[in-house]
Amino acid sequence: MIEILDAALPVSFQDGGRPGYRHLGVPLSGALDAEWLAIANALAGNPAATVALEIRLRGPRLRALRPLTLALAGEFSARIEDAAGQSRPAANWRSHALTENEVFDCGFLRSGIGYLAVHGGFDLPTVLGSRSTYARAGIGGIDGRALRAGDRIGAGAGEPPTPMRLPQPPQIGDGPLRVIAGPQREYFTDAAWAKFIDAEFTVSREADRMGLRLDGPQLEHDPTLGADIVSDGVAPGAIQVPGDGRPIVLLADCQTVGGYPKIATVIAADLPRLAHALPGHSLRFVEVDLEQALAARRRAATELTACIASILADRPFDLDALYAANLIDGVIDAQHAT
Amino acid sequence: MKPRILALGDGALTLEFGDRIDQTLNAKVMAARDALAALNLEGITDVVPTWRSLTVHFDPLRLDRDRLAEELLHCAEAPPQESAQAMRWLIPVVFGGESGPDIAAVAQATGRSEASVIETLCATELRVFLIGFLPGFPYLGELPDWLRLPRLKSPRAAVPANSLAIAGAQAAIYPWQSPGGWHLLGRTPLRLFDVDNATRPALLAPGDAVRFTPIDHNEFERLAAAVATGEIDESEWRAK
Repeated sequence: MIEILDAALPVSFQDGGRPGYRHLGVPLSGALDAEWLAIANALAGNPAATVALEIRLRGPRLRALRPLTLALAGEFSARIEDAAGQSRPAANWRSHALTENEVFDCGFLRSGIGYLAVHGGFDLPTVLGSRSTYARAGIGGIDGRALRAGDRIGAGAGEPPTPMRLPQPPQIGDGPLRVIAGPQREYFTDAAWAKFIDAEFTVSREADRMGLRLDGPQLEHDPTLGADIVSDGVAPGAIQVPGDGRPIVLLADCQTVGGYPKIATVIAADLPRLAHALPGHSLRFVEVDLEQALAARRRAATELTACIASILADRPFDLDALYAANLIDGVIDAQHAT
Repeated sequence: MKPRILALGDGALTLEFGDRIDQTLNAKVMAARDALAALNLEGITDVVPTWRSLTVHFDPLRLDRDRLAEELLHCAEAPPQESAQAMRWLIPVVFGGESGPDIAAVAQATGRSEASVIETLCATELRVFLIGFLPGFPYLGELPDWLRLPRLKSPRAAVPANSLAIAGAQAAIYPWQSPGGWHLLGRTPLRLFDVDNATRPALLAPGDAVRFTPIDHNEFERLAAAVATGEIDESEWRAK
């Protein structure tokens, strides 16, 4: 069990999302950066898509009401306060064992987003196959709302695992975001497409889990087709352009259908990067084909597997090294003996 | 227009039949949905029908994109027929008063009596073309020509949940309280979305047929109470 002491900014619970209900208007939801969620969970000794806290800008302060192990993926400035009021820093990209009544303060985030996972997961009801918070319909997480002070959530079941660390934190890719043209590329003039590919866009203040509205050059629609379509399916990554010519990149909580033409769609391998794009962040786009998108998807999966495989036990004394040293000493001793 | 395949990124394809709101297009969409379901392809996560298209979300590492595109174009040829998945519903509605504050204005704008608006609406079998906007929000159509009105000039900040509303060629029932610019004609005591029902959380699904039947305020209260206690469930509303 944990108790939330302070949650100044909206924090949601997210897991692998809620697929299978989009025909009934239920968004996919789930972690904006599924790779970092998987890393946080691996550090905490959980399966990759276990529900965790998704945190932007500043994370909550919480108290462990029983011993538990939690893990951070992201650039937090976290600290652990013990019962005597002594505080020590808690490093990122590793798990931390808390004793009963210790307080964990996530602090501010230097990365755009971060995840706090707890060993054994958070004990929350599954709603339509997922524990992800979807605030607009008030489902998932804690009654579909943001975390607040006083919340108590079951957590920390099972034996505490060995603390783990990730030696080499993952890099957030840079360079232009890769897109596949369409599905409504034809609704835009060639001049608008050229601008879309050449120009730099900036994430505006209108940015949440549903999407990012971008500032930058206006993208003109083909005047014979206009800026409205009869709604069709949308997906996270789709870049829709309403009549004002300002693109919106859709994210995990986007609606299931939309009535604006979509000039292009960010490929799955680059979706995690959008999670880190805060207001003011600049973005560029580059067109790729489906083969390249598929290759990128495979590469991302391989890299994530390798990243998780590199996680090490974080022991104060490296027992493996000690054993190895003893063995060598033994050999040397034996040589001396002969 | 011939059906065609559009890429929606690398994890979804849209089978597009046309670009209009059109019942004949929608019937083809539903036929294609059923044909695709019958194939039982591995790797598909979501199949989303709209008025004019079918979007299929899939994992391209498990299901070859070109094969899916080919199968979808085959499915597009499936003859429209009464969908095996479609259900028929008879939905009780209390019209007018606080439940349907726009009914007088709708009667006036169409030059008919309130009774005639209700009678026509209840005599028309509507189809669920699409669920969207909010979880479980059904777009129903099509309304008779004379009942088609533009949206309200200024949308309401909060439309009560369970309101029956019309705009243009379509009707809808709001499953949740939300902002809305449609004309409110009445309310149903039914629960349109039930998060605890993981097999079918939304009462209405794309392709379903819907008719409305008028009830009075007392009946509304009685049914609402029975729905709340679980005394009656949604199967009560399946048309016989």
